[in-house]
Amino acid sequence: MSSEKILITKDLTIKFGGLTAVSGLNLDISKGEIIGLIGPNGAGKTTCFNIITGVYKPTSGNILFHNQDITGLRPDLITKLGIARTFQNIRLFNSMTVLENVMISKHVRLNANLLEAVLHLPRYTNAHRQHLEECMELLEQVGLADVAHEKGTSLPYGKQRRLEIARALATQPTLLLLDEPAAGMNPQETLELMDFIKKIRELYGLTILLIEHHMEVVMGICERITVLDYGITIAQGTPAEVQANQQVIKAYLGTVEDDA
Amino acid sequence: MENKRQNTILTIIALLFCTLLIYLGDNNLSRFQLRILNLSAIYVILGLSMNLVIGFTGMFSLGHAGFMCVGAYTAAILTMSPAAKELIYYMVPIHPLLANIQWGVIPAALAGGIVAAIFGVLVGFPALRLRDDYLAIATLGFAEIIRIVVTNTTSITNGSLGLKDIPSVKSLWVYWGFAILTILILRAIINSSWGYAFKAIRDNEIAAEAMGINILKHKLLSFTIGAFFAGLSGALMAYLITSIDPTMFRFTFTFQILLIVVLGGMGSITGSIVAGVLVTVAMEWLRFVEQDMNFFGFVIPGISGMRMVIFSILLLLVVLFYRQGLLGTKEFSWNFFLKLASKRSKQKEVS
Ligand SMILES: Nc1ncnc2c1ncn2[C@@H]1O[C@H](COP(=O)(O)OP(=O)(O)O)[C@@H](O)[C@H]1O
Ligand SMILES: [Mg+2]
Repeated sequence: MSSEKILITKDLTIKFGGLTAVSGLNLDISKGEIIGLIGPNGAGKTTCFNIITGVYKPTSGNILFHNQDITGLRPDLITKLGIARTFQNIRLFNSMTVLENVMISKHVRLNANLLEAVLHLPRYTNAHRQHLEECMELLEQVGLADVAHEKGTSLPYGKQRRLEIARALATQPTLLLLDEPAAGMNPQETLELMDFIKKIRELYGLTILLIEHHMEVVMGICERITVLDYGITIAQGTPAEVQANQQVIKAYLGTVEDDA
Repeated sequence: MENKRQNTILTIIALLFCTLLIYLGDNNLSRFQLRILNLSAIYVILGLSMNLVIGFTGMFSLGHAGFMCVGAYTAAILTMSPAAKELIYYMVPIHPLLANIQWGVIPAALAGGIVAAIFGVLVGFPALRLRDDYLAIATLGFAEIIRIVVTNTTSITNGSLGLKDIPSVKSLWVYWGFAILTILILRAIINSSWGYAFKAIRDNEIAAEAMGINILKHKLLSFTIGAFFAGLSGALMAYLITSIDPTMFRFTFTFQILLIVVLGGMGSITGSIVAGVLVTVAMEWLRFVEQDMNFFGFVIPGISGMRMVIFSILLLLVVLFYRQGLLGTKEFSWNFFLKLASKRSKQKEVS
C-alpha cells in the first residue's frame, strides 16, 4: 500500500466557552485506510468531523488535506476539495426524492448558468441529463435504484443511512467521513453495512474515517483506531492494541454503566 | 419524452387561450373589473416573488414592501412627463438629472425591478447571514428605512407629498403579460438545478453546505430575484393607481403578501397564483365592511382598516389550523389534470 498522506491534523483544539470539546487531536491518515474514531458519548467525535469539514473553526491547530492547509475553509469549499461526510442525526432533504437528494451534489458541477437553465438551452439540459445518469448509476451501485423516486425521508431507517452515504459519494470525495453509520441498525443490517463500506472503498478508491459505537464494526473493518475521551486522545493504534489498553477499558466500562 | 411534448403543447394551448381571454377582457370588461384583474396580476407577482424567498428558499424575509417602494418610485420618476414633474415637485424642485427623463412604461418597469434588485444585493449581503427571526427583523427594518429615506430625499422623490400623474396603464396585456412571464420564469427557476439548491438550503442548510452549495451566494441569488419581481410589481402598482406616496409601502403591505403566500401554500407556485387572485377579489368585495352599514334603519359606522383585521384573523387561523395552506407544496400539472379528466369521463361511461 502506498503511504500517500490524505489527512493530517496537528494539535487540533476547539473550545466552546469553558468546555474544551477536542484537545490536541493528531490524526495521520494514509490513502486507502479505514480509520476508526471511537469514544464515549460527548467525547468530541462529531465535533472533530465538524472541524474537519469546516462547520466549526478550530481554536488552534491545523488540518492538512492532500498537503493543503484547509483549516477554517468554508464547508462547501472543503466538499469541493474532496471531503464528504454523513451526519449522526440523519439530515436528508425532506421535500425530495432519493434521486433528487443525490442530484443536489451535482449542482456545483453544473457547467451552465441560470439563464441557460431557465431557457432549457442544450448546455444545461445535456449536463443535467448526464448528471441524472451518473446519479442513477450510483443509486444502482448502492442498492437504492428501486426507490429512486420515493421520498428520502419515507425510507426505512437503514436505507436512509445508506442514502446519506450515497449522497456523500455523489460529491465524488477522496475522503469520506462516516458519523455512526450503524446507529439504530439491527445486527443483520450492521453486517450488511460493513460489507457495504468495504465495497465502496474498493469501488471509489476511498479513504474512510469512521465514528462508530458498534465495536464489532470498528474492530472488524478499521485498520487503526483513535480513542477520544473528554476531547483528549487516550489511545491510538491497531484494534488489538486499543482493546488491550487499560485507559480505554476504563473509559468504556464507565460509559457502559452510564448507558445502562 | 412523449409526455413532455404533450405537456408543452398543452401549455402553449393554455397560453394562447389566456391571450384570447386577455383580448376579450380588454375589450369587454368595465373599468372597475379591469382594475381588479390588474390588481390581481400584481398580487400574483408579489406572492410568487415572496414565495420564492420564504417558501422555496426558507428565508424569512419581510422586506417586500421596501423593494416595491423602490420599484414604484423608480418607474414613476422615469415615466412622468417633464411638465408633470415641474408641477408636482413644487416644494423642492426635482434634481436636474431626473427632470427631463421620460421613458416608456415597459422599460421603466424593468428598471424598477433592476433598481430593487440592486437594493436586494446591498441589503441581502449583510442581512442573509442572519437566521430566521433576526433576518425578519433586519429586513423589516430595511423596508422602514427605505420609507424614511424616500420621505426625506425630496429632490428625488418629492418626499411625503408623493408623486401624482404617473402615466396610467389600463390594459390587461401589460399586467397579465408580466404576471404570466413571471410565472413561467419562476417556474423554470424552481424546477432547475438552482431551484433544487434553494430547496436544499430550505430543507437542511448544513446538509446543503456539505453537498458543496455556497449558501450565501444562493440565498443572495434567490433574495435578489425576489427583490427584482417585487420592484417590478411596485412599478406596475404605480401605473395602476397613478399616484404613490411613502405611506403606501408600510409593513401592512408586506403582511398582506405574506397572507397570499401562506394561504396558497409555502412552496407552491400554483397556490400563490390562486391565492393572489382570491385575496385581491376578497379585498375588493370586503370593502363594504369599511363603509357605513344600514341594518333595518340602524346605521353602523364603517371602520377603516377593518379589512386588514379580517385578513389578520384569517392569516392567524391558517397558521394555527391549516398550515399547509390551500395547496401545501403541490403544483398544478397537466398529468394530474388529464388523469382527473379521464376519471370523470370513465365515471360518466359507467353511470
Ligand atoms: N456548538 C457547540 N456548542 C457548545 N458545545 C458543543 C457544541 N458542539 C458540541 N459541543 C459539546 O462538545 C462535546 C462533544 O460533543 P460531540 O462531538 O457531539 O460528542 P460525540 O463524541 O458524542 O460525537 C459535548 O459536551 C457537546 O455538548
Ligand atoms: Mg456524535
